[in-house]
Amino acid sequence: MITRRTLIVGGAGALLAGCDKLSDSPAFRDMLRGGEGLTMRAQRLITSRTAMAREFSAADMSPVFRSNGSSNPGTADYQRLAAGRFADWRLIVDGLVRRPLSLSLGEIGRMPRRTQITRHDCVEGWSAIGKWTGVPLSLLLDQAGLRDEARYIVFHCADRFGDLPYYESIDLVDAFHPQTILAWALNDRLLPIPNGAPLRLRVERQLGYKHAKYLMRIEARDSLAGLHGGRGGYWEDVADYEWYAGI
Amino acid sequence: MEEREDSQAAVAPEIVTRHRLSTRIWHWLNALTVFVMLMSGLMIFNAHPRLYWGDYGANADHAWLEIGSTREAGYLRIGSLTVPTTGLLGHRTDWSGTVRRYAFPGWATIPSAYNLAAARRWHLAFAWVLAIGLIAYLTIILINRHWRGLLPHRTELKPRHLWREVADHARLRFAKGAAALHYNTLQKLSYAGIVFLVLPVVILTGLTMSPGMNAAWPWLLDLFGGRQSARSIHFICAFLLVGFILVHLIMVALTGPLKQIGAMITGRQQLEQPE
Repeated sequence: MITRRTLIVGGAGALLAGCDKLSDSPAFRDMLRGGEGLTMRAQRLITSRTAMAREFSAADMSPVFRSNGSSNPGTADYQRLAAGRFADWRLIVDGLVRRPLSLSLGEIGRMPRRTQITRHDCVEGWSAIGKWTGVPLSLLLDQAGLRDEARYIVFHCADRFGDLPYYESIDLVDAFHPQTILAWALNDRLLPIPNGAPLRLRVERQLGYKHAKYLMRIEARDSLAGLHGGRGGYWEDVADYEWYAGI
Repeated sequence: MEEREDSQAAVAPEIVTRHRLSTRIWHWLNALTVFVMLMSGLMIFNAHPRLYWGDYGANADHAWLEIGSTREAGYLRIGSLTVPTTGLLGHRTDWSGTVRRYAFPGWATIPSAYNLAAARRWHLAFAWVLAIGLIAYLTIILINRHWRGLLPHRTELKPRHLWREVADHARLRFAKGAAALHYNTLQKLSYAGIVFLVLPVVILTGLTMSPGMNAAWPWLLDLFGGRQSARSIHFICAFLLVGFILVHLIMVALTGPLKQIGAMITGRQQLEQPE
């Protein structure tokens, strides 16, 4: 017999199952993804290229700056680099550039630096405020000389999830933003391993997973297609997180 | 004479206009959108079921609200008050006998299985529908002056009048006939509170959590006292909406659900003769 209760519970269950089914439908997912494009265009429309993320004072900093994701790449190569205090580590800058670079940590440390106390927002919902010091990415890109076809900057990392290497990418609007730096220090100390030693990206107008840690290589590309899963980042590829993480 | 009038009234009852087209479209659009927003929002909350005040807040910092679990039990902690919530929040054994230790249970979230990325896709796409719908509705009621029907008159806000309405509601004595065509003060306060306060605040606090919007409109952070405060206020607004919906559904059920739902679909209602 169908009671009102089974009707309500059954109806709600059918609705929920319907939502799950929609979540799995490629056409519906593409429709929802349309929201990401709309959000990005709307934010870019109302945000000037140099609109800054808020910078805080030392008194506003989180007592503990937690780490997230990989806390240590743990590969043999990385262990060797870490054991040598990253003396043998090199950052490669290549792809669509006129002058590919290979830079040591010392060389990067001697470049002009920017220090900023900013808020790190994880996609999960928490925030931590820390003090970052590093070289503006724009300086490195100017030194390497981007070719006209370059549209994206890809960050290849030393950490892996299973068989897949972590990577991220941003477009040139964020790559040349004054607060976009490659940080080698957190809270006045050399970047600790859980936070991405020896070098990590800070792209302050986007969420935490865009801030690639354990940088090994920076590649300028004209397209994200054909690279790993093609969506421009590890979490974008494996779990369908947004490539534009400004919200 | 009197008899004839009576029989005429029985044959041709008076049909009155109850809800404008804009109100009806917005109502049913929201009936869908708000549920998607609430349920996908609960899934997003599950990714970090702790709330803070101020600019920052993470695991090492003090949370004013937390939904958590031990191996055997779930709990909700607000300030220093801890309420056991096993079976509902934090710790629940599902239909297959598997223990789930997420803050909100699968039957309350979109999607039902833990998936932050999918919940964000739902939430951030439907947020556009919610925001555009609210802006369109506010614009329309400003032009057609319907907004005045949502704001209580000064005399309606006198304690004696308010108390009278509260007492009538408590006895389930509701206005009938022509008197029910106008919102009473409690209705006006609830609708105005939702339309002019809770919905705008839920949208603005949502935007305050966006690092991109923080750069575009830094005043948002000052308005709500930081990103984590905005997240807390966002969550409180969501539960004010849940409360509103519950009371709304109960009132519809108590005052002739078919008549009320019909009026919200067709816009028209047969006028009830006062007893």
